[in-house]
Amino acid sequence: MATTRILEWLGRLYIWLLLAFLYLPIIIMALMSFNVSPFYQLPFEWTTEWYASLWQNDQLISATWNSLEIAIITTIICVVLGAAASLALFRYEFRGKKFLQALLFPPIAIPWLITGTAMLIFFFGVGIGRGLFAILLGHVALALPYVIVVVSARLQTFVPELEEAARSLGANQWQVTSRVTLPWIMPGVIAGGLFAFAVSFDQFVVSYFLSTPGQTTLPVEIYAAIRKGFTPEINAVSTIIIVVSMALMLLTARFFKFGGEK
Amino acid sequence: MAGQVATGSRSGLRSALPLLLPAYLWLTVAIFLPLSAMVFFSFMTELPLAGKAWAFTLANYTTFFSQGLYWTLLLASLRLGLEVTLWCVVIGYPAAYVLAKVLKGRSREAIFLLVILPFWSNGLVRIFSWAMVLREGGILDTALNAVLPFKINIDLMYSYPAVIIGLVHSYVPYMVLTCYLTLQAIDDSLIEAGRSLGASRLQMLRRVIIPLSMPGLVAGAALIFVPVVGSFMEPRILGGRTGTFYGTVIEDQFVAVFNWPLGAALSFILLAVVLVILALASPVLKRAA
Repeated sequence: MATTRILEWLGRLYIWLLLAFLYLPIIIMALMSFNVSPFYQLPFEWTTEWYASLWQNDQLISATWNSLEIAIITTIICVVLGAAASLALFRYEFRGKKFLQALLFPPIAIPWLITGTAMLIFFFGVGIGRGLFAILLGHVALALPYVIVVVSARLQTFVPELEEAARSLGANQWQVTSRVTLPWIMPGVIAGGLFAFAVSFDQFVVSYFLSTPGQTTLPVEIYAAIRKGFTPEINAVSTIIIVVSMALMLLTARFFKFGGEK
Repeated sequence: MAGQVATGSRSGLRSALPLLLPAYLWLTVAIFLPLSAMVFFSFMTELPLAGKAWAFTLANYTTFFSQGLYWTLLLASLRLGLEVTLWCVVIGYPAAYVLAKVLKGRSREAIFLLVILPFWSNGLVRIFSWAMVLREGGILDTALNAVLPFKINIDLMYSYPAVIIGLVHSYVPYMVLTCYLTLQAIDDSLIEAGRSLGASRLQMLRRVIIPLSMPGLVAGAALIFVPVVGSFMEPRILGGRTGTFYGTVIEDQFVAVFNWPLGAALSFILLAVVLVILALASPVLKRAA
């Protein structure tokens, strides 16, 4: 049994090494965003200069607002359309249902490079063109399948008899949905909404092909800055993004678990 | 009346349609029509914009098949996908095993969350963060030179290994996640039974654990291989001049060269490759489900 204990110990060590690999570059980037030298020279000297200069960078600020706006609108649209579609897929039996469910996977499985370039061609061809509206169209389409999958998973735990019970007590279809079904799927809807926000806020590839110089999102702006050369301001804004999106994921995980237990 | 509503709600596309239509209409406009348009445009000489003359042609595809460059790049991207996937298996599978079979309770939950957490943060930013570690005079260089008695120069930035490291870092959580889910489903008593029947650890791994977790491995591999073959941002940032792959050439057609029909053809060829791969993986996945 001694070998078992040694192997278990090695296993734990291995996990910590993996975590180091996953987090080291992120931690270093965060540290460097507080370092005086713009070329990441050591020794380390503390400064918040780069964060301060972020506020002067109008391009980054306007791109950030665009990103937030698009992510929030995407979340709202995805939650409404996604919850409606999930309910329909759960409640009703009809021919072609399997096909409709299968259609949710291409947007998830096809590389964003292909979807993004296809959107660019099509939106250009039909006159929508590029810009924030095109980006919004694309983001909703990318995030919607995730929301439907997450809400549907929550619906799997729903007992249809609850709806029938409410009906036999005299509730109409709208009351049944708003008072019984919606409260039940709420954790799924919130988790799905957070997913949608994350998919949109972190989305780079599709936004990249659909943006124009004036109408762009934060990741596209960051990519442009990286390709021009490293700037410490990008470290600062990247650190903020990482912290925000990780916090968002922790929130999502909370709601997911909440969904799993009850 | 109540019974009528109940049976009515159990049947029919007619009640489902108003709820389904908005979502699927959106997907059609923003995903399915664009993909069809891309196929259409890939057979054109010019984009039919601003009254430009265009005609149907196979030239975009013959360009791909006749010019060795595109073939070579597609092969390079497939190789990149294969290497990254293999590294993710090598690094991710043992981690998934430890998570599923060694760690218990709260520490398992916490570490599992820690492993998949970076995955949901911005991929572009995480790739960028490696630049600070890998460049000459960067952290890796400084740290190694502080420890080692002799002077070495580590400048992995703008190289093939840098691209591999960045991509593995991006995608290894997928492998841990999918393998963990299948490994966790293996009954512990099955492993105990095998062991008590005299199977060695290695035999258990080869004959029982790996076969049973195969769906997770295949799912993880497909989820990693497909986006890596289509990657362009990662090779651009970490690979520099050595980072020319199939994905970056497609990017060029759309943002630099403006040969959209060729770009569409190249994208469609990539889509075909991706679909073949997903089709090959699906029997294993179906067996699991």
